[in-house]
Order: sequence, then structure tokens, then C-alpha cells
Amino acid sequence: MGLLSKLVKWARTKSPWILHLNTGGCNACDIEILAALMPRFDVERFGIILMGSPRHADVLVCTGPITKQMKPRFRKLYEQVPDPKFVMAVGNCACTGGVFKGCYGVEGGIDTAVPVDVYVPGCPPKPEAIIDGVAKLLAKLQKS
Amino acid sequence: MDVKPRIGYVHRGIEKALENRTYIQGAFLVERVCGICSNAHQCTFMMATEEAGGIEVSEKANFIRTIVAELERIHSHLLWLGAAGLEIGFETLFMYVWRDREVVMDLLEAISGNRVNYAMNILGGVRRDISPELADKIRKGLDYLEERTNYYKKLCLEESTVRKRTEGVGVLDPVTGVKLGAVGPTIRASGVKFDVRKNDPHLKYDEADFELITWDTCDTFGRVVVRVLETIESIKIIRWCLDHMPKKGDIMPEKLIRRVPEGEAYARFEAQRGELIYYVKSNGTDKPYRVKIRTPTMANILSVAELLKGCYIADLPIALASIDPCFSCEDRITFIDIEKEKTWTWTREELRRYSREFNEKEKRW
Repeated sequence: MGLLSKLVKWARTKSPWILHLNTGGCNACDIEILAALMPRFDVERFGIILMGSPRHADVLVCTGPITKQMKPRFRKLYEQVPDPKFVMAVGNCACTGGVFKGCYGVEGGIDTAVPVDVYVPGCPPKPEAIIDGVAKLLAKLQKS
Repeated sequence: MDVKPRIGYVHRGIEKALENRTYIQGAFLVERVCGICSNAHQCTFMMATEEAGGIEVSEKANFIRTIVAELERIHSHLLWLGAAGLEIGFETLFMYVWRDREVVMDLLEAISGNRVNYAMNILGGVRRDISPELADKIRKGLDYLEERTNYYKKLCLEESTVRKRTEGVGVLDPVTGVKLGAVGPTIRASGVKFDVRKNDPHLKYDEADFELITWDTCDTFGRVVVRVLETIESIKIIRWCLDHMPKKGDIMPEKLIRRVPEGEAYARFEAQRGELIYYVKSNGTDKPYRVKIRTPTMANILSVAELLKGCYIADLPIALASIDPCFSCEDRITFIDIEKEKTWTWTREELRRYSREFNEKEKRW
């Protein structure tokens, strides 16, 4: 491995910037993700910062099932994230559709629209679980 | 600036889905209408169903429902205060408030076993009891929260950073507000005395000792103050409930109620964002015939379109956040500049950044 690619990998694992996106969830996972960024849990110590634009993000953190109206927009957002991109599905609905399975406005889990790297189940998952998911994603990044 | 709201990004079809789920399954589905006011939704659904089927609720269960509802209000208002701090670029406030909010999250977790979706209500009662030890723990937590909330009250009333960014922003006069059907803190900040807890008391609110908070500045500053003062009132209500709660008594019926007799009912609940309405029609089976949900943000969306008109774009994040919108999809906003015939879309973060830069440039704080 060349020096440059080593440097890129080091930067990638030390500062994964995230874009938090609600694809049709109930806000519960969203407030738990925010709680994970807050002083008590503080994922910023791993270099994780919440970004506003998909063009600045490495990791898409998605919550909620995919709704019919959101699906095309979500794909568009996914395409805007620069490669290599990673997707984290937070919550039961993001993993499988969960409690909303069978509702007419819902397509299913995040993986019906885009490939997913890490699944964090729970309704909603506790901030500790989300941090565990992030740690697993970082381990995956290290290997890649 | 003119505004046209476009909604429906999180439309999942819950009302229809409730028709082919039993009441017990439905209770857990309505909780997920909104994660922040999950208990309000579940409790109102249960209240409407109980009234439709003539199901009795024990005294103690009503006390526990009130306690959880008020704890949830504290959690939601603190969450909002932090988010408002972020919108105006006051990140220290955001971090402080969210740190203190963890205390109320711990209390809710101790009562219900989950931090956000509590699943406390069941037809005819609640699922978990509050033991005397737990009550002491809640009292301790409330003491800390009261001290902190009083500090935030002082901060919001006196801190010039907050006042300069919120005073005179997003003005909603009471006449327009009432005409457009605004509810909750949004209308109370315009000086209208409307609170379901006082006007049409449910649960234990008719006996509890608390004040109806209003503020007459009609702007975003008023909405901040109303929410902070309401948090203090909520602490009072919980203390009253803990003191007056019967020591003995069932919290739920011995046999789980599955079928609900035929009937229809309508329940109102003062959720954190305003009046929440559930209409339930039962037909004697274990599934509802029809459920209609009217959420407070739906009632407030017209008035937010009105109060944003004529605002600076830089003030848009805080003015929009001031109604505490429950949809998570105001994420993308399209701007149309009529003079330059230009259209562009910003995400909320980009808008927030623009807002801060604009305010720094204009020296508005």
C-alpha cells in the first residue's frame, strides 16, 4: 500500500463525517442520534461530525422506513455522496420496515433503495447501540 | 418572502393501517406517529377507545398517565430549547440543555424501560407501576431539573444573544392565529388562553395545581419563554401527582381487554406542541372501524406559512422551529428569487450556516 493511500485511509477512519437523514421515521431514532452527539455520549471524540450537505459526507445515517414520496429523493441524495460511501440503517424500521410494514405509503427498509453497510436494530436503539454501530463501521473501514 | 408548505414526505398511511390491526397492536403503532410525543399519541388513542367502549380506568393509572405525560413534556420542551439554541447559533445553550435533558430521559427509562417510545398505556390502565422508591428518584431528578430550568428562564429573559435573534421574528397576531387554528405554545405566545389541560381537562389536570402560561409578545421570543415557563409548571404537576397518588390500587384490569363494544368517541389531549385529537369508531370487534388523527403540527402549519411571510431568509430556521414542527421533513427548502428568476434548494444545515453568516455580517448580535 502506497503512502498516499495509507494517509487517505487514516483520514477516513479518524474523521468519518455523517449526514443524518430521516427517510420517513418517527423522530425517535433521530433524537437518539442527536443524543449520541451530545456531551454525555459524545461521538465527536471519534472525529464524527454532523454535516449539512451530502457532498461533504462519508456516511449516510438513515432512520425510518422509506416512504413512497421519499424514495426518488433519497436515491438522488445517495448519488450526491462522494465515493466511497457507507450507509448506516438506524432503527427497526430502517432495517426492515418494522412496525410500518404493510402501510400503503411505505416501501420497506432502507435496503430496498440503497445498499446498507451497518444495521442498528432497536426501536429506537439507545445511543450506546448507535455508538456500537459506528465502532463496527469504523472497523469495517479499517479493513477495506 | 412568500411561503407555500408542501407536506407528505413522511406519509406512511397509519390511519389506514390501524384498521387492520387490533387495538393492542394499534397502541404500539400510534406511538410511532411521532417519537417525541409518543406517549401523548398512545394515551389519546387509549382515551378515545376507552370512551367509545365505556371502559373504566383506575384512579392510580390516571395519575401515572399524567406523570408520564408531563415528564414527556419536559423532555420535549428541553429538546426544543436546545434545538432553538442551535438555530440561532448559540451552541453552548444547545449542549447544556441536552446534557440536562438526559436526567429526564433517565427518569422515563426508569419508569417505562425505554428512553423514547415508552409503551406505557393499555386499554383500561397503564403497564408499569411507580413504586415509592422510584417516586423518590423522580423527586430528586425534578429538584435538579427545576434548578436548571430556572437558570434557563433567567438566561432566556436576560441574555441579549437570545433576545436579539428572537424578538420581533415570526410575528403571529392573535386574530390571525385563531383564524388559522393555531394551537399549543404557538398560540399561547400570542396571548390567547387556550390549553386543553385547562379548557377541557383530561386525566388529572382538573385537580392538579398549575398555571396556564401565556405571553403577549406574539413573536419567537414569546414562544421560547412560554416553553421554558411551561417546563417549570410541568415539574409542579408531577410533584403534585407524586404526593397525591393513591398508594394501593390496580393499574390495569385483571383481564386484558381485546374487544371494544360498539361506539364512537373523540378525545383531546394537550400534547407538547398543542391540541392532539383522536377520533375512534369501534364496531364490537378487536379492530377499530375508523381512526382519525389530527396532530398539532398539522394545525400549526398554516400559521407558520403566515408568520414566515416578510421574514428575512436568515431568520427562517428559528421562525420555522418556533412552532416546534413535528415533521422531520422540513429538511429541504426551495427558494425562488423573483427578481433574479433563480431557484435553488438548500438543506437545513446549509440554511443554518447562511443564517449565521448573515447575522455576523449584519452585526445583529
